[in-house]
Amino acid sequence: MDKTLYTLIVHSENIAGLLNQITAVFTRRQINIESLNVSASSIKGVHKYTITAWTTQDVIEKVVKQIEKKIDVLQAHYFTDSEIYQHEIALYKVSTPEFQENPMASKVIRRYSARIVEVNPVFSIVEKNGMSEEITALYEELRGLGCVLQFVRSGRVAITTSCFERVNEYLTQREEKYRQQKME
Amino acid sequence: MAKEKITGAEAMMRSLEYQGVKTLFGYPGGSIMPTFDALYHHRDTLNHILVRHEQGAAHAAQGFARVSGEVGVCLVTSGPGATNTITGIADAMIDSTPIVVIAGQVGASFLGTDAFQEVDLVGVTQPITKWSYQIRRAEDVAWAVARAFYIAKSGRPGPVVLDFAKNAQVEMVDYEPMKLDFIRSYDPEPNPDKESLQEAAELINNAQRPLVLVGQGVELGNAQDELRAFIEKADMPCGCTLLGLSAIPTSHPLNKGMLGMHGNLGPNVKTNECDVLIAVGMRFDDRVTGKLDTYAKQAKIIHLDIDHSEIDKNVKVDVPVLGNCKHTLAMLTQLIRENKHSEWIDSFTEYEKTEYEHVISKEIHPAGGALNMGEVVRAVSEASNNEAVLVTDVGQNQMMAARYFKYSKNRSIVTSGGLGTMGFGLPAAIGATFGRPDRTVCVFMGDGGLQMNIQELGTVMEQKAPVKIILLNNNYLGNVRQWQAMFFGHRYSFTPMLNPDYMKIAEAYEIPARRVMKREELQDAIHEMLAADGPFLLEACVIEEGNVLPMTPPGGSVNQMLLEC
Repeated sequence: MDKTLYTLIVHSENIAGLLNQITAVFTRRQINIESLNVSASSIKGVHKYTITAWTTQDVIEKVVKQIEKKIDVLQAHYFTDSEIYQHEIALYKVSTPEFQENPMASKVIRRYSARIVEVNPVFSIVEKNGMSEEITALYEELRGLGCVLQFVRSGRVAITTSCFERVNEYLTQREEKYRQQKME
Repeated sequence: MAKEKITGAEAMMRSLEYQGVKTLFGYPGGSIMPTFDALYHHRDTLNHILVRHEQGAAHAAQGFARVSGEVGVCLVTSGPGATNTITGIADAMIDSTPIVVIAGQVGASFLGTDAFQEVDLVGVTQPITKWSYQIRRAEDVAWAVARAFYIAKSGRPGPVVLDFAKNAQVEMVDYEPMKLDFIRSYDPEPNPDKESLQEAAELINNAQRPLVLVGQGVELGNAQDELRAFIEKADMPCGCTLLGLSAIPTSHPLNKGMLGMHGNLGPNVKTNECDVLIAVGMRFDDRVTGKLDTYAKQAKIIHLDIDHSEIDKNVKVDVPVLGNCKHTLAMLTQLIRENKHSEWIDSFTEYEKTEYEHVISKEIHPAGGALNMGEVVRAVSEASNNEAVLVTDVGQNQMMAARYFKYSKNRSIVTSGGLGTMGFGLPAAIGATFGRPDRTVCVFMGDGGLQMNIQELGTVMEQKAPVKIILLNNNYLGNVRQWQAMFFGHRYSFTPMLNPDYMKIAEAYEIPARRVMKREELQDAIHEMLAADGPFLLEACVIEEGNVLPMTPPGGSVNQMLLEC
């Protein structure tokens, strides 16, 4: 079956050890995590994980359910690239002398709408926000010019294209269900 | 209630009492000593059963939980004490058994330093528990215990580990009992969806050949009556998984027997002939489905389960019905029509006859020769009026016991299904005698499995636990030997086993015992065992190379069972 790059968005309580529990679901099925980003979400005490992995729809569905089953996970969903707005950030350290000697270099930077955030006599740092492919393409071009000293990229962050935050809805539903149980 | 300053260990005792715990299984050691010291003052209300090995404590807690429906509790020390419980924790996870394991841990200031008897228990147990938590402060005890019990027993039950750091046991806390029945990130019982219930009812109403698969979920949801009403209303035959066997009496006319690799011919073959398959509280384990590519491909499949992650995990289903089957079965029964499927039900008879002629009659009414495993099982079952709790170990003894025992009461089978843990039987049976002291507990062991936790005979002795141990001794690791005979050219690689004299062992432990070699002595010995007030070891010297049949060979389809080998 053809593999697709899926983006998982997971919301959980902020509890130690949870990252381990989530990644263990991938490990158990021998799925490589392509990128991983964990940070506080807009809701107090709730953490947000953005995880990408190449796999099949059949498998990703099972993975999402098994992650959601963890006691302290609020919600887990998977998306394809068309269902999310996604972004990455990358830093490229280039040799300043070589960079200055090559007239192509600054053209490339401009073409990719990257910016130079640090310049000193030894090296310069180029920063680029954008889609995964653009970041890779810029790296290939700069490498072609022979001036890249170091390169680092972040994991993907993503936001869904739907107009409401599902976690808020989920939390409201949970409180409502509990209130009903109490009344019964 | 007024707050009171007490130690974390004392808070643990009060929290357990507050949860209604009356029995715990454990073993003391260094880092749990403050808690055992607190237990000393609670020994009138908390009956602590001292096992002989922590693995025994975990299985005993499982046996206790499985027959009583309550949470089984273990109390062990850190490091090796804790790791010894791991097989039981994994077993409880895969068989959905509610247990809480409280293990000592080194003091918080020593954590992560490779201190004496330190092991990262939370790290080790995370993948095999429903929840695993380290209590590092005395003020967390009440909350952690309340949460542990709520998680262990709600929804799909499972094991919980509380890793209790020594400093938290000795520090003082303002204790206040705590109840917990809500965790916002955890929805134990998803709401049934009306549309899918309607769809399921429609499929059932239009079915010509419906077949119901009964799993342990029916017992866990206490939905035995709802199940009967459901299958009786639409006149639908059913097959039971190993763990679901006692959810409906063996004698019920719609009960067509056991599913799976060594199950009955009828329900297995008919799985590939039915037009609607209704799975209730079961998880399509590979031992039930055989080859997935050929499993029930002709049928529309309805799956009732409380655990969302079980839906479509192994078998793609047409209509999932989420929720507690106690409610979903009742709702579904309302929606379905009364019906008759006489012709379909009669079509099982042919397979029952075939199985009886080729397998069952030979097993329970042999013409001569050594004792058969099946005949011993059936004789014990009948002598106990088919009302005993059956506990099994793992292997041939397990399959024979499951097949030939008869069930008339709920929660009557305790066996290690998913994990297949040899050594499970004896400690689980001890636990069962504490979980249901009003019932007879019979455990069938092989000579291999008995020796895997044989030290628990010491617990039987000390507690005078009325465990009726039936040892089916064939001097082999029988199940593996059978596979070696069938699939490995009869190369008996390390399956013959030299046995000790079990009569002498029983004598050393002051457990009344009897060895039976001959068929004529069997009934008398069984009656002696059941009449004994307390434990008894009955060693049945059975046929050495007996085989469990019928059998779906590994990788085979459910409708291609072998009747001989």
